[in-house]
Amino acid sequence: MSPFFRQCVFLAEEPFGAGLSYDERVDGSPEKIERDRRDELQLARELIAGNAGAFERFVDLYHGKIFRYSFTMCGQREDAEEVAQETLMKVFENLAQLREPEHLKAWVFRIAKNACLTKRRKSVFAPARELSLEELRPQRDGESGELDIADWSALPETAAQNTELRAALDRAVQNLPELYRAIFLLRDVEEMSTAECADILGVSEDVVKTRLHRARLLLRAELDKHINGVHA
Amino acid sequence: MNENDCQNVFALLSEYIDRELPPGTCEELDRHIQDCAPCVEFVESLRKSVALGHTYVPGVEPPPVPAGVREALREAYAKSLAEREKRATE
Repeated sequence: MSPFFRQCVFLAEEPFGAGLSYDERVDGSPEKIERDRRDELQLARELIAGNAGAFERFVDLYHGKIFRYSFTMCGQREDAEEVAQETLMKVFENLAQLREPEHLKAWVFRIAKNACLTKRRKSVFAPARELSLEELRPQRDGESGELDIADWSALPETAAQNTELRAALDRAVQNLPELYRAIFLLRDVEEMSTAECADILGVSEDVVKTRLHRARLLLRAELDKHINGVHA
Repeated sequence: MNENDCQNVFALLSEYIDRELPPGTCEELDRHIQDCAPCVEFVESLRKSVALGHTYVPGVEPPPVPAGVREALREAYAKSLAEREKRATE
């Protein structure tokens, strides 16, 4: 089977192996991502149209989204609460100016990103420069030439171990340098497009792609250490 | 296998996983990866890591929106809707 075909099969049927519940496995599936996009767009349309119930649903959904994004970026619960409330207020105060519901989500996150910047305590993890790919490549064993990486086929199989894996992921995300954490949250967690991320962060699409790749490589490396530790 | 090929593949793996590469480039990566055991191993680990990342939820629950804040938001929303309607009729 070609790697590309296996990739399609993997994405469609087996997101990340055994050990996770059905709900957890479908959580990040392309189908779920597409469904979420459609639901969010429908909600944006209803909000702009003033449909009954849209306000409550929007506030509840986006307060949670912005709070989690801000908490992960700022690291402070109080800051995240303030950012979530300030962002929603700005959104509602300026909603009359929004022409296209397709742009609502990116607009909300651009406001949230700017609000986060005003709360930011400078991260000790913030790199002074973009990390090079060479720094992120796994090392090869000197004798065998094989890559020094964990056995990912042996992902945890019980719920308890999944909890550990998720805690490891949480730590890995928190340890990401800020500029990589931001792109990971917008692109991989909020499932926004490369163009939307570029718009929110005020960078080019190429920069989004570069940073996303580095964010993913850093996360993979951190999870690799966790898996190595679990199965050592 | 040429080490340079692995480096080139390494640089494109996120776009490969996201299926965002042009078909020709994707096929080139397919051809390389098919014959390169270390790359197969690495791609699989990255793919699983990315899939796990898609399910990430920070381990913190958002607090409820305070009633006073919700009311202020509702007022701002009502004003915006009224303004939008006014613009539409002008």
